[in-house]
Amino acid sequence: MIIDVEKFVTAERPFWSELEQLLGRLENEPGFQPDLAQLRRLHYLYERTSSDLAKIATFSAEPETRAFLENLVARAYGEIHETRRRGHRIRPVEWFMVTFPRTFRRHARAFWLGVIITLAGTALGAFALMFDPDAKASVLPRMFANHLGDPAKRVAEEEKSGGTAAHAGAKARFSAHLMRNNIQVSVNAMAFGLTYGIGTIVVLFYNGVILGLICADYIIAGQSKFLAAWLLPHGSIEIPAILIAGQAGLVLASALIGRGSRASLRERLRQAAPDLATLIGGVAVMLVWAGFVEAFLSQYHEPVIPYSLKIAFGVVELGVLWVFLARAGLKPTTDEQAEGGLPAAKLPQST
Amino acid sequence: MTSRTATLDIRTPEGIVFSLPLAGPMLRFIGFVLDTSTVNVITQVLVTLALVFIMVSPDIVIALRILLPFIVQVGYGIGCEWLWRGQTLGKWVLRMRVMDAQGLRLQFSQVVMRNLLRPVDSLPLLGFVGAVAMFLNRHNQRLGDLAANTVVVRQPRLREPDLDQLLSRKYNSLRDHPHLEARLRQRVSPAEAAVALQALLRRDELDPSARVGLFSEIAARFRSLVEFPPESTEGLTDEQHVRNVLDVVFRVRRDDPAGAAKSAGRGELEELAGK
Repeated sequence: MIIDVEKFVTAERPFWSELEQLLGRLENEPGFQPDLAQLRRLHYLYERTSSDLAKIATFSAEPETRAFLENLVARAYGEIHETRRRGHRIRPVEWFMVTFPRTFRRHARAFWLGVIITLAGTALGAFALMFDPDAKASVLPRMFANHLGDPAKRVAEEEKSGGTAAHAGAKARFSAHLMRNNIQVSVNAMAFGLTYGIGTIVVLFYNGVILGLICADYIIAGQSKFLAAWLLPHGSIEIPAILIAGQAGLVLASALIGRGSRASLRERLRQAAPDLATLIGGVAVMLVWAGFVEAFLSQYHEPVIPYSLKIAFGVVELGVLWVFLARAGLKPTTDEQAEGGLPAAKLPQST
Repeated sequence: MTSRTATLDIRTPEGIVFSLPLAGPMLRFIGFVLDTSTVNVITQVLVTLALVFIMVSPDIVIALRILLPFIVQVGYGIGCEWLWRGQTLGKWVLRMRVMDAQGLRLQFSQVVMRNLLRPVDSLPLLGFVGAVAMFLNRHNQRLGDLAANTVVVRQPRLREPDLDQLLSRKYNSLRDHPHLEARLRQRVSPAEAAVALQALLRRDELDPSARVGLFSEIAARFRSLVEFPPESTEGLTDEQHVRNVLDVVFRVRRDDPAGAAKSAGRGELEELAGK
């Protein structure tokens, strides 16, 4: 029980200031690793300040002190009771080369479900075009307006200039437009996982329908080689990227539904959040690359660039991507080796 | 529908409970408008600065004009909330902060999630889905907050009541008994003191009979907490007794060096809290 509040505040203030300074270091210095003595001191100061808060909570005349102590205890509580791994430094290369592929593999089933949904859409799009050629005009969005005509005529026109006329002097803006549009679609595919996955499924299926319509149109017109040479250089990265965004949406939906899990909704979402952020970040990087390739390579055709070269480029990209997603990050990082191997929850699974 | 004065109550394993007031939908909407305006200003400045590349290529300028608004729109919330411990400019102005819903350290992935899921909350327009979710949720969370496990709390600036307007500096007979004075300060709860203070602040809005009744009840409550010698309370009306009690509870003794030291200490505390 406190009788003299003034004396109490004066006596305790040095401990509060010390805790404040220690918390400031923990929050503002990413590289700060407290040693055992500092950790013990932090815990002692936290308990002492908590006790002070309990003592002062009944005093009417001390709202500022109470608010200050509540703030201090809340911050210390967050630091002491946090069990999630702390990102000490920003390591973009390690994140992309290790964390991203590991996360992808951990949710491989969601990825393959996304592939199946997209393939179902592709099949529907292809069938729709075969049975009703007018479907192309009613389904394709405005940004695909250049695909509405006869594919053979388009190919003939493109090959006249070898693609140098397309977006001449406007390649950078075309690339920027592609990046923005594709990243936006990917973010939406993930965000709509909040609709218990229905929105994500719609986005993936619709993308599949568009892909099926365009592919079927060119194949039926006998322009398969042109199609492969146009689509593969950027599509081998862009399409998997959209599928990974769909994977993130399905992971989010799975966390919401929680089938087969005993964890609470809050806990499931807490576990999923870092993986979702990693997946969508990786997707953004992939789509920046795809945007450059589509604007600066895919639009060039024969005779400027041989189709076989473009197809080979696309196939190599796809192969590298496959190996990257399947094999990157299998070995423990330097930090993990120091800590005794891969953390159990992060062990990579087979695709 | 939930109470608009919702709080986030956290009980630590040590048994300490602290409450953080949550930001309501209206306050958050105003913050959103402020942030949207800020994003527009930043975008305009960057797009104007991008004109320097016109010497290199007009195509690059147009590309930047396409990309910069998108990058600023997505990056503003994520960057500010991560680097500024849960605050954007709008939240800072309105004294709000994003926090982990369990009071733990706010993670980067949580910041990313709550900002990237905004498109769903914005459906069909002007954040309708998010607003409905906030009204239905007891922690005022929009869908992005639910998925990221975050809440937005208020950090109201606490000010001492303007006691000089309420309490006269006349002789206070209760101060003749320092030990009872100390007991009174210890026994009057914050809620009781707040009720009495509000009663004094609004006394002129009350009907005369209601005013007499209200102060009679409050004075009786205070008398039941600490009994002062009859000579100290004789001749005092109930309202004057309540004034004297509040004077004891809130006002530091002017002639008390410890009180003066405490007042100086408060300034330091506010400085620390503001860091």
